[in-house]
Amino acid sequence: MSVSTVLWALVAVVGVPLALSAYLFAVEGALKLAGGRARARLRPWLWLAPAAILLVVFLIYPAVNTAVLSFFNATSTQPVGFANYRYIFTDPAMLVVLRNNLVWLVVFTLVTVTVGLLIAVLSDRVRYEGAVKAVVFLPMAISFVAAGVIWKFMYQFQPAGTTQVGTINAILTAISPGFKPQAWLFNKSQNNWALIIVGIWMWVGFAMVILSAGLKGISESVLEAARIDGAREGQVFFRIILPLMRSTLTVVATTLVISVLKIFDVVYVMTNGALDTEVIANRMYKEMFNYQNFGRASAFAVILLVAIIPVMILNIKRFGRSGS
Amino acid sequence: MKRAAAILVLLAASGVLVFASGTKEGAGAKVGGSVSVLAVWGGGELDIFNSMVKPFSDATGIKVEFEGTRDLDAVLTTRVAAGNPPDIGALPGPGKMAEFARQGKMIDLSGVLDMAAMKKNYAQGWMDLGSVDGKLVGVFAKASLKGLVWYDPKNLAAAGVSVPPKTFNDLMSSSQAIAAKGTTPWSVGVESGAASGWAGTDWLEVIFLRMYGPDKYRQWYEGKLAWTSPEVKAAWQTWGRIVADPKMTYGGTQYELSTNFGSAFTPLFQNPPQAYYFLQATFIQSFIQKQFPDLKPVDDFNFFSFPPIDPKYGKGVEIAGDLVGMFKNTPQAATFIKYITTSDAQDFWVKAADGISPNRAVPIADYPDALSKNAAQILTSADIAVFDASDNMPSKMNAAFWSAILSYLANPDQLDSILAGLDKVRADAYSGS
Repeated sequence: MSVSTVLWALVAVVGVPLALSAYLFAVEGALKLAGGRARARLRPWLWLAPAAILLVVFLIYPAVNTAVLSFFNATSTQPVGFANYRYIFTDPAMLVVLRNNLVWLVVFTLVTVTVGLLIAVLSDRVRYEGAVKAVVFLPMAISFVAAGVIWKFMYQFQPAGTTQVGTINAILTAISPGFKPQAWLFNKSQNNWALIIVGIWMWVGFAMVILSAGLKGISESVLEAARIDGAREGQVFFRIILPLMRSTLTVVATTLVISVLKIFDVVYVMTNGALDTEVIANRMYKEMFNYQNFGRASAFAVILLVAIIPVMILNIKRFGRSGS
Repeated sequence: MKRAAAILVLLAASGVLVFASGTKEGAGAKVGGSVSVLAVWGGGELDIFNSMVKPFSDATGIKVEFEGTRDLDAVLTTRVAAGNPPDIGALPGPGKMAEFARQGKMIDLSGVLDMAAMKKNYAQGWMDLGSVDGKLVGVFAKASLKGLVWYDPKNLAAAGVSVPPKTFNDLMSSSQAIAAKGTTPWSVGVESGAASGWAGTDWLEVIFLRMYGPDKYRQWYEGKLAWTSPEVKAAWQTWGRIVADPKMTYGGTQYELSTNFGSAFTPLFQNPPQAYYFLQATFIQSFIQKQFPDLKPVDDFNFFSFPPIDPKYGKGVEIAGDLVGMFKNTPQAATFIKYITTSDAQDFWVKAADGISPNRAVPIADYPDALSKNAAQILTSADIAVFDASDNMPSKMNAAFWSAILSYLANPDQLDSILAGLDKVRADAYSGS
């Protein structure tokens, strides 16, 4: 690292807060001059201004610009109408990309929520709950890239009859001697599932922790009352626990949906989209950084954004409700 | 070991001093400042690079700020587009180099390098490979020779096979004879992280060059020959006779797809051998020696050039290498790129058995063993035939080619639709839209 790099880092860390405080002092000083009513009206806006400006410059402007670029050609020099979108929704290779994201969306979200809930409920009443939760939550602490590398080793393939170094093939051949080792990441019928399992492994801990917290928030007396009234455990779960946890479940599911729509790292590290495993974020990266096709990359970005917006609205609404 | 390294550094340092004082404009004086370099080198390669840089920095006072990435294409492209390129950058391939050069992003090196020395030390073919529209923009830091079949001489002798085979048919019949005895003759592995598939493109290039010669080869990478043309299809089918036949390759296509190119030679050196032939460029020697330190070059492992298919075209020599170009013309960058092209600098790669120098001034005696000496002789004496075709294609075509290799190995019977898919990409990738 060069001296200038360090210097710039210092400027950023020390200089930015300094400048901000200086700005606020100046604002307060100026407000003193203004009249009482004007002061009350102006103050929130002046305090908000730095954040608002940053938001516009770094979020709103790029988003709008991306949307505009998605209607231009690769070098952003000529408008092409909906050509980029037409390509994405008609080209067979791109349809595979969209299909994969859909499969991820449905399977990943459903399985992660279900398994997370299952572990939360089952571990709720055992003595070693802490240990179970710690183990399930552990993968969350690993970066996606590291997880991808780890699972690449787990999925390793060696021809039948030789020592299996990949965990999965080793276990399966040990359990059933007739099992033929599989190159999980390279067989088109298995590779997407193999990748989704990695994603689930990473996120189940998150779902479990939140759901478990929601579960503990349910008053024991309600469940007690139901049991005294003669409800079976199954009924208690489906008729009382689940409805009471609805808002927690929605929060978990929407968070998962947002994260899965943007899924990138696992695919990039493990297959880089080869053999029909590509997802939208992965394709966007390639169009942008490898092929320099700004139009198509922007179109993919817009599609992702549009797909995520409804989920975001749902989430924000929920925040608003729980806040009031 | 340490002492040897110290002596090496000293020797090289004195070499640099000679070089530095030999250039015009008093480059012998300390220039100072720094130069930023972006390249793929990491691990052992980076160690070699650093040892190469040390005498340079000592002599000139120029600090070399190195940045390494495996995703060179994406990183370099972004930085060039953002107007923040490194002073000196390794190039992902001639295709990308031409893109940058035509956008006016690269410095014409004829005004930077000592062209008389360049012409003396480099065959015209090498200069042509680094030129775009007559302007020299790329030079080679090191190179490798492609299309070599590696084998274990003792195992082949035990199997009653004599090498090198004179023709492709000889190679195939010896393969079939080995297969008939119940062992797979070949080992193939094309996995390589984000670049998976490239090892297969090497196969196709070697086969295509020997079937149809350099002119058709050029048409192919220039996008003028359709993937669905009988020529290209025949090359794939010829390759398929080896890779799509489970009797011919160790572990079948699942092994080919999931095994890294850098370890796929392992079956050759097991006891008893699980395979006898393995195709890869010269650089694989350091991989083999790292994994099997006891094996001796020539006695325990050796190579021969992939044999001719159509006698008309003989053995074309296919090469690849690390091209380096200049994006900002600073005195420091100029001094450094000059240094990279010298035999003193290239000697570091050579002595570490990591690549071959296209610089004629690097003495053959500096190659550490008979194998690399042999490769160097083939490389420097040949009128360079061709550069790696896939590296010459536009990035998008190249990437599609890589993934087509994987698709083909996964479903060899879908060759027609795979080639049709490549033609669709071709229509898109070469248009530049």
